[in-house]
Amino acid sequence: MIELINSIVQGILIGGLYALFAAGLSLVFGIMRIVNLSHGDLIVLGSFLAFFTVSTLTVPLWLMVVIIPLAMGVIGYAIQRSLLNKTIGPDVLPPLLITFGLSIILQNGLLQIFTADNRKLDFGAIEVMSVEIGGIAMGWYAILIFLIAVTVITGLQFISYHTRLGRLLRATTDDPEIAKLMGVKTEHIFAIAMAIAMIICGIAAILFAAWTSFTPLSGPSRLLIAFEVVVIGGIGSIWGTLVGGIILGVAQALGGYFDPAWQTLAGHIVFVIILVLRPIFVKGFR
Amino acid sequence: MTYSVTRTKNYHYVIGFVCVVMLILLILLPTFLGKASLRLATEMAGYMALAVMWNLLAGYAGVMSIGQQTFVGIGGYALFILAGFSGLPLIPSILSAGIISALFAIPVGFILFRLNGAYFAIGSWVIAEIFLLLTAQSVWLGAGSGMSFPTAVAKSFGNSTERAALFWWIALTIAIVAFTTAYFWLRSSRGLALTAMRDDETAAASLGVDITRNKFAVYLLAAAIAGMVGSVLFLGKLRISPTAAYDINEWTASIIFIVVIGGIGRLEGVIIGVFVFFTLRYYLADFGTYYLMALGAIAILMMIKLPKGIWGIVYEKMEIEIFPLRRNIIQTQKEKPSHH
Repeated sequence: MIELINSIVQGILIGGLYALFAAGLSLVFGIMRIVNLSHGDLIVLGSFLAFFTVSTLTVPLWLMVVIIPLAMGVIGYAIQRSLLNKTIGPDVLPPLLITFGLSIILQNGLLQIFTADNRKLDFGAIEVMSVEIGGIAMGWYAILIFLIAVTVITGLQFISYHTRLGRLLRATTDDPEIAKLMGVKTEHIFAIAMAIAMIICGIAAILFAAWTSFTPLSGPSRLLIAFEVVVIGGIGSIWGTLVGGIILGVAQALGGYFDPAWQTLAGHIVFVIILVLRPIFVKGFR
Repeated sequence: MTYSVTRTKNYHYVIGFVCVVMLILLILLPTFLGKASLRLATEMAGYMALAVMWNLLAGYAGVMSIGQQTFVGIGGYALFILAGFSGLPLIPSILSAGIISALFAIPVGFILFRLNGAYFAIGSWVIAEIFLLLTAQSVWLGAGSGMSFPTAVAKSFGNSTERAALFWWIALTIAIVAFTTAYFWLRSSRGLALTAMRDDETAAASLGVDITRNKFAVYLLAAAIAGMVGSVLFLGKLRISPTAAYDINEWTASIIFIVVIGGIGRLEGVIIGVFVFFTLRYYLADFGTYYLMALGAIAILMMIKLPKGIWGIVYEKMEIEIFPLRRNIIQTQKEKPSHH
């Protein structure tokens, strides 16, 4: 019984990480109506960059933690400016296909450079330290992940509703044409939104890289998690990603508790059940 | 002056004749080609059928599925069970594989059609993953390692040369069925509705087109064809495993590439796309990751520079349709008397 509760707690904490995967996807969809199929691969790219800077370039851990999210932000800005801005419009097909192409390029590029070996970031002692509360052991690292996730999501909420940038983002979401007429540089705003999404991905990438091992082909599973979290939590809702993340995290933890092979499957099935039970009307970022 | 509406232009009689000749040559292909080339041709026919259906889905119905591997996989497994282990004859087994895939597509579609546009796409991928994971858990389907087609049953279809010819004819039939169904569907009033949906979904709906019903119908047809393609292609391999059966790269990414290169929303584009894809694969597949990166880059470039694909350009420049879908207004010579 205590093991079961342990699994659920673990699921809740890892749900924070899933929320981080989803926040970027949700933000990009909300503002640009782009579903980024390379989202998961970009997260994996972040993990590899983190791994590379620490293990090969021997950059200190604290510095890497600063560099990688920023680098991801720059990459996000560049991708949006150079590729995706060209495809924004009523037709959902072009951005979908372009990000699909990007996903294939990223996967195979990473395979070529880093081979198919399993990699993992080493954070040292914190990974195994735990605290016991009422007989339930909670890993410090899992708690840290959850706290960072809540902080990032709170920050995103703050940016959206209490800053000038947030106003620009929301105005562009509501009507890009009108926003443009009002003098908003929408191309730049789109790229900034992608940069924010990729900064969040960078943070998630580092946290996940030390949580479990990854390969160049881990991207799609990250994308599916992000997508499921967005749909479960309500499309376009920032706090919804945290709720969705926790639901998915707990579903996977419970599945894995009964049979390790059922971990991923349990997450997918809960997603489908929620989709069937709760009719969803895709209205976007409101 | 009087006007009449026609789709056929004079050159279509020539094209019709060429098509008949080509068809005869294709049927006689086993007399010219060896086993290996025939297997390649079989694969091409299968990809052609999948691409025609994906084009109908994405290019006309606006259904962005990246989960068609679900139905390829179901069809493949269905055939192994029916023909391989239940003693059902080959042709009924393949037809059943198509029907079973379509039956699975009903609940799957019911779930997925709650998501729209791009969200449908990832949702369809999740469904494919569920089938992959469930199959890998099913011991009666050989679990993760899959199963082999029983040698005795395979031998009952003839020796390896005869088998290659048989599988080719089956794949050719499926491709032709896919093509002609798509063609006549698009020429019918249902197709007119579909074309209207392609041009503007909201406007089509306001004119009384039942959008969801049309999408669902195309989705079921595509699932049936995918099931049959899966059945014949895995029969050719004599082996099936979950990762091969529900492989997104093999059954969806390649197909999307073919459609994008040829031209989305153009029936003819698929033929060009298949030849481009197989030519690239033949010469470059040895380069592994670089080859796949090149495919991704070509698809991105096409989407940005030539979003209408190769056939889209040909059509714009020369107004040629091999398979006439467009209605042309013909002005006839005779002038009507102005008074009766």
